[in-house]
Amino acid sequence: MLLTVTTTREPATDLGYLLHKHPARVQEFPLWFGAVRVFYPRADERECTAAILLDIDPQRLRRRGRGEPAFRLEPYVNDRPYAASSFLSVAISRVLGSALQGKCAARPELVDIEMPLTARLSAVPSRTGPEYLPELFGPLGYDLTTSREALDPQFPQWGDSRYYTLELSKITTLRDLLAHLYVLVPVLDDTKHYWVGDDEVDKLRRHAGDWLAGHPLRDDIVRRYMRHSGRLTRAALASLVEEEAHDPEAEAACHDDAEAATEDTLRLYEHRHRGVLTALEEAAARRVVDLGCGEGKFLHHLHADRRYTEVVGVDVSHRSLARASDRLGLDRQPESQKGRVSLIQGSALYRDARLAGYDAVVLMEVIEHIDPGRLPALEDAVFATARPSTIIVTTPNRDYNIRWPTLPAGDMRHADHRREWTRGEFAAWGERVAAEHGYAVEFRPIGETDPDVGSPTQMGVFRR
Amino acid sequence: MNIDIPDMALVLLVGASGSGKSTFAAKHFLPTEVVSSDRCRGIVSDDETSMDATADAFDLVHYIARKRLGAGRVTVIDATNVQRFARQALIAIAKELHCLTVAIVLDLPEDLCHARNAERPDRDFGRGVITRHARDLRRSLRGLGREGIHRVYVLSSVEEVGAATVSRVRLWPDRRDEHGPFDIIGDVHGCCDELEELLGLLGYAFSERAPDDTPGYGRVYAHPEGRKAAFVGDIVDRGPRVLDAYGLVRNMVEAGSAICAPGNHDAKLVRKLRGRKVQITHGLQDTLDEIDALPDETRRDFQEGMADFFESLVSHAVLDDGSLVVAHAGIKESMAGRASGAVRSFALYGDTTGETDEFGAPVRHDWAQEYRGKAAVVYGHTPVVEAEWVNETMNVDTGCVFGGRLTALRYPERELVSVDAGETHAEPIRPLAPPAAEGRSAQHASDDFLHIEDLIGRRSISTRLRGSILIDEEHGAVALEVLSRWAVDPKWLIYLPPTMAPPAATEREGLLEHPDKAFAYYAREGVTEVVCEEKHMGSRAIAIVCREPSVAVTRFGLTEERHGIVYTRTGRAFFPDSESEDAVLAALRDAAAYAELWDTLDTDWLCLDCEIMPWSAKARELIEEQYASVGAAARASLRETLDTLHAAEDAGVEVSDLRARYEARQRMAEQFVDAYRHYCWDVESPADLRVAPFHILASEGTTHTHRDHRWHMETLRAMAPTGEANIVQTTEYVFASPREEASREAAMAWWQALTDKGGEGAVIKPLSFVARGRRGLAQPAVKCRGREYLRIIYGPEYTEPEYLASLRQRNVGGKRALALREFALGVEGLERFVRREPLRRVHECVFGVLALESEPIDPRL
Repeated sequence: MLLTVTTTREPATDLGYLLHKHPARVQEFPLWFGAVRVFYPRADERECTAAILLDIDPQRLRRRGRGEPAFRLEPYVNDRPYAASSFLSVAISRVLGSALQGKCAARPELVDIEMPLTARLSAVPSRTGPEYLPELFGPLGYDLTTSREALDPQFPQWGDSRYYTLELSKITTLRDLLAHLYVLVPVLDDTKHYWVGDDEVDKLRRHAGDWLAGHPLRDDIVRRYMRHSGRLTRAALASLVEEEAHDPEAEAACHDDAEAATEDTLRLYEHRHRGVLTALEEAAARRVVDLGCGEGKFLHHLHADRRYTEVVGVDVSHRSLARASDRLGLDRQPESQKGRVSLIQGSALYRDARLAGYDAVVLMEVIEHIDPGRLPALEDAVFATARPSTIIVTTPNRDYNIRWPTLPAGDMRHADHRREWTRGEFAAWGERVAAEHGYAVEFRPIGETDPDVGSPTQMGVFRR
Repeated sequence: MNIDIPDMALVLLVGASGSGKSTFAAKHFLPTEVVSSDRCRGIVSDDETSMDATADAFDLVHYIARKRLGAGRVTVIDATNVQRFARQALIAIAKELHCLTVAIVLDLPEDLCHARNAERPDRDFGRGVITRHARDLRRSLRGLGREGIHRVYVLSSVEEVGAATVSRVRLWPDRRDEHGPFDIIGDVHGCCDELEELLGLLGYAFSERAPDDTPGYGRVYAHPEGRKAAFVGDIVDRGPRVLDAYGLVRNMVEAGSAICAPGNHDAKLVRKLRGRKVQITHGLQDTLDEIDALPDETRRDFQEGMADFFESLVSHAVLDDGSLVVAHAGIKESMAGRASGAVRSFALYGDTTGETDEFGAPVRHDWAQEYRGKAAVVYGHTPVVEAEWVNETMNVDTGCVFGGRLTALRYPERELVSVDAGETHAEPIRPLAPPAAEGRSAQHASDDFLHIEDLIGRRSISTRLRGSILIDEEHGAVALEVLSRWAVDPKWLIYLPPTMAPPAATEREGLLEHPDKAFAYYAREGVTEVVCEEKHMGSRAIAIVCREPSVAVTRFGLTEERHGIVYTRTGRAFFPDSESEDAVLAALRDAAAYAELWDTLDTDWLCLDCEIMPWSAKARELIEEQYASVGAAARASLRETLDTLHAAEDAGVEVSDLRARYEARQRMAEQFVDAYRHYCWDVESPADLRVAPFHILASEGTTHTHRDHRWHMETLRAMAPTGEANIVQTTEYVFASPREEASREAAMAWWQALTDKGGEGAVIKPLSFVARGRRGLAQPAVKCRGREYLRIIYGPEYTEPEYLASLRQRNVGGKRALALREFALGVEGLERFVRREPLRRVHECVFGVLALESEPIDPRL
């Protein structure tokens, strides 16, 4: 990883004073992840370039990454030795610390002089695409030159990589340039930092306190700098802009969930929860199974309502169940409530005697995740084996998809959806299954009904 | 007095404190058979005399009794048992577990009991206690026989107690020492013509007995080779020759050439003959008409004999060391071999849901769907069109009296022999259960639904190759998620491939892996010949190739026809689109036909272990996201760095060492990029794909793990016509003797040439598919990957001496142990599939492999 800084303010060799590094020889600084070397490929009166070369030892990185899950090769084969990342920030603060702090013992007058400076960085990753670079540096007054590296010249059809060679020019102080790089290079990298701790908030305030508050991408920068840690992000934002009330975490959540984003305008899931709760109330259900409960978003309602004397959340994902348990606080229940809500791992594709004998089974946004060929197994497990009095099924209405502004035509709402049904398809399925298993079925819309394409979600209520 | 203790019985010792129950128990029973309430008091309270601990102590007594009786063990309760409520709880447990209860009452004089207690320091409770015990006992004695106790023995004196002997008796259904062979014959229902014909077909001969011995049917059938007929009951009613059929069966049973389980019709007839009021329905009239037609002078004796015979039949029979159970309507595993009203009722009438169908007949609960027992259960009762195995049970009632057939199952041969009904003798009240739809077996239909309790929790899966393999609950949980969310229909998933370990690190310079260590490993394991196969670098795939699409239905039990499937090592569909899958399956099908495999293997399907190339076809995203990205970052970064270093050098800064170092890094980065490039090409149409099968895992009726790799390689080579571009590719291979240097050297040179060309490396396997080494199973395969390929795994610069030195410390032990367990499970699943075992038994193995794969292991190995 390489950073070069060039000035043409004569005498350009003043840069050596500012950086506190002599131009004539290579200086080496050992850091935990390898070595940082500073040398000058050009140092004369008219132009001076300092090169900061990070020699990152992949073995040392691995030794640091203890406790990582051992399933992926990613920790072993990665771009860390090459790409511009938070290691550069570490190097700037450790090796160019006095320049970053605006100290220059030999020539203190140089510190505040604005001079033409050009920083050049190679292999700068930007996962969000090329437009992010000017969005980040433009507001700070830099002229940018970027060129993008191909993924593999031998396979032009693979297109471009996410790495850019970036040249930033501005008449500014060296201190400001380094501070900008210190904060924004890790933001661009947007992957794992070497470390995010509480003192990062201090560091961010120290190095960005005077320019970040007014940056149009402020919240995004903070969030990325803090590597998506909600608690730290809030702390950092609060320390930057104390007067504004904000909930960046909510934004992060919908950023992560494409389906939610698509459907967000209507708060569709709230409609869904309300619709299912109404159906459960009508059925006077007391003992309810939420099959495919995920992280317990809906369970939360059943948990809060004492009318439901026994609630079982079932999901095939252990991780989801662990999060649901946290979310519902099941391990700190009052004694009297213990056992009223329980979570078990299970699958809608296997017969499960544990789920038999309940008043109602809710299958909320589940069937669209099942391969069509496996649906008979689900029908059997729910309608024949669990066989509650009431079964409530909700699923997206494909007819409605043309109403989503962000959904490309023909696409489904979630990458894991195997099939989204039109109203006709869902009705045909529901009626067949009801007839085969001795249920009566009624279909209801969920969310605002469009006269042409119906409601965004459709619900079938099966009773026997 | 001799006391008979049936197997699995609950034995209640009844008597006052001091009556000598513990002494009696110690004399006649094993210490482990005796559950003492005093001992349990001690266990829960540290005080064997604590009355406060009574409730807890009896909870424990009941718990132990339940466990022992559930396991079929005689359980002796050493407690006073003088109060009805105390006995009642225990009798209920015995009843629930279908065990008989025997009471042994020690009715000794109060004075004696008191005197004995007085001698014991821990029994200083007053005389009143014993008086109360004696009073309770006297009260109990009158009604003891009506409490659901099978047999009550009362010992009324010290002498009687001393003289009593105890003997163990087998339960009636227990005929485990009879090994047949058997011919199990379905419901006869008076179809004596067909029965005679069937017995003839089965090789039975008959002799005539003197007509005045017993009135009625005179032939006595017996098999010259000592086979035994086993009737599943319902001998009478409906058919034209009920009395002859009865006589035939009775004669055989009496002669010892047959056994017979009673059917519900037989039982109802007995009630009628004994003068009870029964509804004359379902063909009972036909039997009564035949009886009425008998001469008056013999009718009465005949009726007596008939009723006696059917009454003497035992509800069901457990035969052949417990491997076979014959019952009229079937039996649950928890009931087999036991004796209770509930067992008899189940054996005669089966299970019902409590509802009635549109024909007014009770809806039967198909207990066979849930049967999980090891013993084969052969039964009748409900006529079916075809006798078929379902979960190791078979209904052999093929409705002869309704115009179907009379069927016999030859055991242990498991062959069916049947004769057609001469005519339709009766109309069924409901249509016969139809066979499973369109060519699917009854087992296939049963396999449409898998039960979660067959998978979850800590489990142990028994394998032929490596004994029991334990699956942790948490790893099973991961497997359940993978199977539920991404896997193809479980009916296709008959095999998942095991992981493969690399050899120990080589000491050769600049290398981490080399065949030398693999040869050394196999030499140490005593393997004399190995095969070295080119390791293709693509994506692992299991292909099930059907000769005709109908095979998907008839053999695999799918509901739709299909030419087969290609799935990944985690059970996901390999191709997102059917076009590519169809093309690969068609190519493999043609190749199999070209090699005449359908005929030589006498099969219409193949299960092939394959690698599908290019790597980029499946892993394009991974390659772009990770490998090409690292390459691009390295290219950009190192180019800039070297440009800058050159500039500095030109300016007179001494950076030559640094430059050399970065030039080396640049070379390694280029080598890294070259390494993955070998495995990437564009796939514009399925014709650009390459599939290299390297194992023929199984075909109809057999796995091919008993054939050596020479057979596999040569057979597969015959599948790929040489000289033209074909989707199906061959695998290069050489043989080597790990103990012979020249042979090793030649194979190593072959490996070197292969990897120099950019090949991934080689897989070295013992010549035999399953090889035993010094300590059991040897590794079925060891992979030796090439120097350049390993850059993809360990990073571009792994060949740096210092880095290599640290990598050589890697431990392959965990990976090897895992590979063996997964291999054993994989083979087990295939073997179960070819034996046509229920899907849950196959699925369990696949589940096990996936669960083991979720154990954390260094992914670079």
